[in-house]
Amino acid sequence: MPGALIALGLVTAASMLLSLGAIFLYAPTEAVQGPVQRIFYLHLPLAYIAYLSFFLVFVCSVLYLVRGASRWDLLGRCAAEIGVLFTTLVLVTGSIWARPVWGTWWSWDARLTTTLVLWFIYLGYLMLRSYVVDERRGARYAAVIGILGFVDVPIIHQSVVWWRTLHPESVVTPPGGGAPAMPQSMLVTLLVSMLAYTLLFVWLLLLRYGLEQARLRLRELNERRQDAFGAG
Amino acid sequence: MENSLLYLVAAFGIVWLALLIYAIALSSRLASLRRDLAELERDN
Repeated sequence: MPGALIALGLVTAASMLLSLGAIFLYAPTEAVQGPVQRIFYLHLPLAYIAYLSFFLVFVCSVLYLVRGASRWDLLGRCAAEIGVLFTTLVLVTGSIWARPVWGTWWSWDARLTTTLVLWFIYLGYLMLRSYVVDERRGARYAAVIGILGFVDVPIIHQSVVWWRTLHPESVVTPPGGGAPAMPQSMLVTLLVSMLAYTLLFVWLLLLRYGLEQARLRLRELNERRQDAFGAG
Repeated sequence: MENSLLYLVAAFGIVWLALLIYAIALSSRLASLRRDLAELERDN
């Protein structure tokens, strides 16, 4: 593994531990929900990274369709995989928080349902990549899904405003505007956590992209070797 | 709120475990591919 990737991994690990310390030692316990409210510092950064991943898939899909360079398709594929992992964790942590607070694991509420739809869209994107034999055709189809699927992200974000939902409204950017509706210690903890998960996302994406590049290079060398043996 | 702490530990445990497994899987796969590549490039 290159030195820069190892260094970024170490910085990411340190920031993740710092965020854990801030969540459990610095942030105050919320008066109504109690300790389970701390899941918020995990749930929100995970959701933000999932959005970021799918935004990257969207950008890469557009660039791939316009320019046709395979590196955009490759990067989009890597971002989609990370996005699906983070969306899965968003759904799991949300469900675990909902059980003691709402008294149920799941509700067909607008925010939850649109997030589940997002998860299915990008799961479909990844499945398409695995099942279509013609790689170029698979990449083109996936790029279309990557563009159309992103439409769901702003719908998820606005779902708590457009529909009556159980899901809490945004406290960081309240719908009516104005300052975040939380004490400064909670906001600082959230920002530290957001930063840690952003670093984690960048590190995972570089790892995943490096892996795809190495796999392609290996295939290329193997094909060249086979051709040389065939010619000999 | 009953067993609130249990839900909190479960959420953090699941997320950290999943991310750790994913990161380890990616790193070890990348390291192994790079080893294979170096070997193949040496042979070529």
